[in-house]
Amino acid sequence: MDLSGQRFGSKDPVNAIANMHDRGNGLGGGFAVYGLYPEFEDEYALHIMYTDMEAKRNVEAQLERWFDLLKSEEVPSREANVLDPPIVWRYFAHPKRIHSTQSPDNYVVEKAMRINTETGKAFVFSSGKNMAVFKGVGYPEDVADFFMFEEYQGYMWTCHGRFPTNTPGWWGGAHPFNILDWTVVHNGEISSYDANRRYLEMFGYNCTMQTDTEVLAYAFDLLMRKQRLPIRIVSSILAPKLWSEIDKMDEQDRELYTTLRATYASLLINGPFSIFVARHGEMIGLTDRIKLRPMIAGTKGSKLYISSEESAMRLVSPVLNRCWAPRGGEPVVGRLGSSQVQCVLTQEAAVC
Amino acid sequence: MLEKNKAHEAVNSAPSKTDLAKLCTSPRCRIEDSIAKIDATGLYYRDLSLDLRHLVHAGIKKIELYNVCGQRYIGTSLKGDIEITISGTPGNDLGAFMDGPKIRVYGNTQDGCGNTMNSGEIIVNGSVGDIPGYAMRGGRVFIRGNVGYRAGIRMKEYGARIPSIVVGGTAGDFLAEYMAGGTIVLLGLNLEARQFHKSMHVGTGMHGGRLYVHGKIAGLASEAVLEELTSEDLSRLQQLVTDFSRHFRYDPAQILDREFYKICPGSGRPYGGHYAY
Amino acid sequence: MLKSYLYPEFYVERDLNKCIRCKVCVRQCKYETHKYDAEDDVIISDNEKCVNCQRCVVFCPTRALTIRKNPVAYKENFNWTQDAIVDLKKQAETGGIVLTGMGSSKQNLAYFDRILLNASQVTNPSIDPLREPMELVTYLGSKPDKVEVNQDTEAISLHTKLSPQLRLESPIMFSAMSYGAISFNVHQALAQAASEFGTYFNTGEGGLDKRLYKYGQNTIVQVASGRFGVHKDYLDVGAAVEIKIGQGAKPGIGGHLPGEKVTSDISRTRMIPEGTDALSPAPQHDIYSIEDPSQLIYALKEATDYRKPVSVKIAAVHNVAAIASGIVRAGADIVAIDGLRGATGAAPKVIRDNVGIPIELAVASVDQRLRSEGIRNSASIVAGGGIRSSADVVKILALGADAVYVATAALVAMGCTVCQKCHTGKCPWGIATMDPYIAKRINSDIAKERLLNLLKGWSLEIKEMMGGMGINAVDSLRGNRLALRGVGLTATKLKVLGLRMAGD
Repeated sequence: MDLSGQRFGSKDPVNAIANMHDRGNGLGGGFAVYGLYPEFEDEYALHIMYTDMEAKRNVEAQLERWFDLLKSEEVPSREANVLDPPIVWRYFAHPKRIHSTQSPDNYVVEKAMRINTETGKAFVFSSGKNMAVFKGVGYPEDVADFFMFEEYQGYMWTCHGRFPTNTPGWWGGAHPFNILDWTVVHNGEISSYDANRRYLEMFGYNCTMQTDTEVLAYAFDLLMRKQRLPIRIVSSILAPKLWSEIDKMDEQDRELYTTLRATYASLLINGPFSIFVARHGEMIGLTDRIKLRPMIAGTKGSKLYISSEESAMRLVSPVLNRCWAPRGGEPVVGRLGSSQVQCVLTQEAAVC
Repeated sequence: MLEKNKAHEAVNSAPSKTDLAKLCTSPRCRIEDSIAKIDATGLYYRDLSLDLRHLVHAGIKKIELYNVCGQRYIGTSLKGDIEITISGTPGNDLGAFMDGPKIRVYGNTQDGCGNTMNSGEIIVNGSVGDIPGYAMRGGRVFIRGNVGYRAGIRMKEYGARIPSIVVGGTAGDFLAEYMAGGTIVLLGLNLEARQFHKSMHVGTGMHGGRLYVHGKIAGLASEAVLEELTSEDLSRLQQLVTDFSRHFRYDPAQILDREFYKICPGSGRPYGGHYAY
Repeated sequence: MLKSYLYPEFYVERDLNKCIRCKVCVRQCKYETHKYDAEDDVIISDNEKCVNCQRCVVFCPTRALTIRKNPVAYKENFNWTQDAIVDLKKQAETGGIVLTGMGSSKQNLAYFDRILLNASQVTNPSIDPLREPMELVTYLGSKPDKVEVNQDTEAISLHTKLSPQLRLESPIMFSAMSYGAISFNVHQALAQAASEFGTYFNTGEGGLDKRLYKYGQNTIVQVASGRFGVHKDYLDVGAAVEIKIGQGAKPGIGGHLPGEKVTSDISRTRMIPEGTDALSPAPQHDIYSIEDPSQLIYALKEATDYRKPVSVKIAAVHNVAAIASGIVRAGADIVAIDGLRGATGAAPKVIRDNVGIPIELAVASVDQRLRSEGIRNSASIVAGGGIRSSADVVKILALGADAVYVATAALVAMGCTVCQKCHTGKCPWGIATMDPYIAKRINSDIAKERLLNLLKGWSLEIKEMMGGMGINAVDSLRGNRLALRGVGLTATKLKVLGLRMAGD
């Protein structure tokens, strides 16, 4: 992420993720790019994949009813080393006929959930403004090749290579997962998935992507967008402190953390994880509370890097001003316009 | 198509010394004064590993690697008295299963440094990632900076074979988890006055081995106890600190002047009472 | 009295070479099975009387005794089983309802035995509970849908106040067993064990003896239909109040403590005349329709200043999901569901064995129903009714319960051998009796140790199973159906349980 908001091209992100080629098995790769469509800043950029033309026709009929579409086009692509590409289109949309009590964001979330659940042949890659998710079945560098990344510029890029196991590799199952402008890429396995999923379903989020990571995108949307909780509280919900630590706190803190854990018990994300979550203006890196997956952060000038491996960062920026390994369960947050990267609650193990 | 078993040619016979220049697949490899120098830019780890094996087989004892960036398993499968100097950021499992060679890194390493190492030495002018020295059986690892989570997990020892890890800085959680033998020295040289190591759950499941620590530790597991150093401990500590200081140009006397305490297992059978019938 | 056509269910086998005529068996048996014949210096056993409680077997110093089941003399018949024939003959003799104790012993009703647990490998590491933190702490009570915080400057402070909660160190509580059905020493052991461990015991419908008030912080006081022992002090002393609407062993009918068990202590605690039968009516007589529980729940909340969670205990019956939903909406903080295989001190056998549904199915459907109505956070679910092992606990939590109630398991820990004769009041183990002579056989301190061992042993095992699944907090097990698979179950059963088939 460039904290000053300056946009940059795909070369560095793609080289960095390609350097970690052996961590994946080629059955999934993807990117989220922010600041991609400055000329359509105010429109929801819906990126939708279709398994066949009939699905496309049906969904487009619905889109016409739900949205004013300023522009609709196929996402440019070329032949590349990816498996069975679906049809991927993007639409720059304004919600139509919203009820006075519903916000445009909630409207879009509801419509995205409907598209994902109704047909089984159409899935929304991303639904945020001025950003996009590109993903598919192939190594990430091949997915970048397929979607012709040379054209794109963004101030924040997240990248992911997948090694799917529990569910087959398919285009909708690659990371990042998205709702509105939230994207999540994830390394690990969520052993609490069914407990998390069944909790989120009560709030209107349907998990259809056959991948555990999906719950993270919805959890962030629920906690940060809808309930407006700050990141420090959100990470205490997803990666909470141990009771043995809470019991030793002073009374005020103890009550706060006990209330959080008791209320949001079903959103505790169990299992090893390292996640990079992004939305406009903010990039967050977080690992599980006993740090079973790697995560390392670095800064150079106005650029913030977060990665599973240090070498990926060093490839694109051999010299780093700061480089550190965040503690398990404590988030690293980069905010647009802020020159300081917040290492919330953490004392970084400064190294370089 | 799974490429994991892509065949590599076997090394059949030692090529003559005049063919040394042809040993490397890397286009940027040269041999000067019996030292092989490889520019590893863009080199896939398997190709680099093959080059190293060829060189060692041909009798080269000193190798220098430049622009290393993420290549894994450097030093794995090598035996004997070899010296490798690395500049850059080596990838995961540096020196994994290594038996004999000495590796020096100018830069940070990633996870798994010294994984199940049998003998040899790894010296890092920087920090290392998680699980360094996992299941280490022998040899020594010296780290100027910090170690990540689970350093020295499952380290062992037998008789005179006592592996050691010396850390100049601080450590992440679960240091010395499951430790069954070996020595870890935590120097805390980068801790400011009145700061302490934020490591939690240090020594969970420990039932052998020892740590010599300078600086308070945030969370000690119940299986571990604090003790004073015996004279045997002191001489062991002195030896390790002296070597550490030599590698990184510190004054050993200054380091040894600080207060150290020992962490060791409280019992050989910490969970004996947990099972019934 | 009509002549009994029945033969003894058990017979006593005594190894005369080992029997040293110490007469321990004579003294220990309360059914007067063994008699010492001084003339012949031999102990004679009357098989008619033996109920197979195993007391004499365990205490015989030379292990001379074995109790054997009398082989079925009736011709083999899977329709007219021995059980069916014997019960019928008992009724023909007496014209009465055949009573029994403990829980249903029928085969094929335990779904736990057809449910299997997962373990993590490769894709997710299993966690070693002995070395890495493994959390069983559970909070029971109503939870809000979200937490609000105040954010001024750097400090973040809590705005939302949690409603009253119970904190359990492990999701296991001792279920309701009334004082009168069981002896004071047992009640005391349960209270002490709950207190030392950090969980709760339930008073049952017989009130709470004042000597146990000091354990109030670990006590759930029950308000049942007979309202025995219910007064302000009683409500104040408990950590939570439970309204008993039903019980898994006998849904739809009330409680019955035979006059033999109503001693002076019971008379004092329950405020009824000594020697009379203590009858709890079938329904709570102020709950005849769905809006009535709300009235009672809030009456109790008012009476306790809104400082304690109110639990409602229901039996698992056919429309348990709808009932549970209604109760949650009526203001209950905890819904305790008692399944078909739950136990009792006394119940008609035909009701115990035929009325109600298994707890596994009840929890699965209640949990799913509350979620689809979006109200699962409003109350915690506690499940009871034949939980036999830590594996059963893990399975019921994964199906959706927040915690379990155990009662039979606690009694077995203290010595019970499930002989099903609690209603006679002659329990030789000193558990289900008010006879002061035999009630002394339970030493509270020793019984407490056994209960603590039960809680500790199960907690360790639960941690091992959770660790095997790659989770380190019970929060991630709760409602996590994917952690379970069914085996030997039909598609419909799997659907009700919300589980996949093993291998799927």
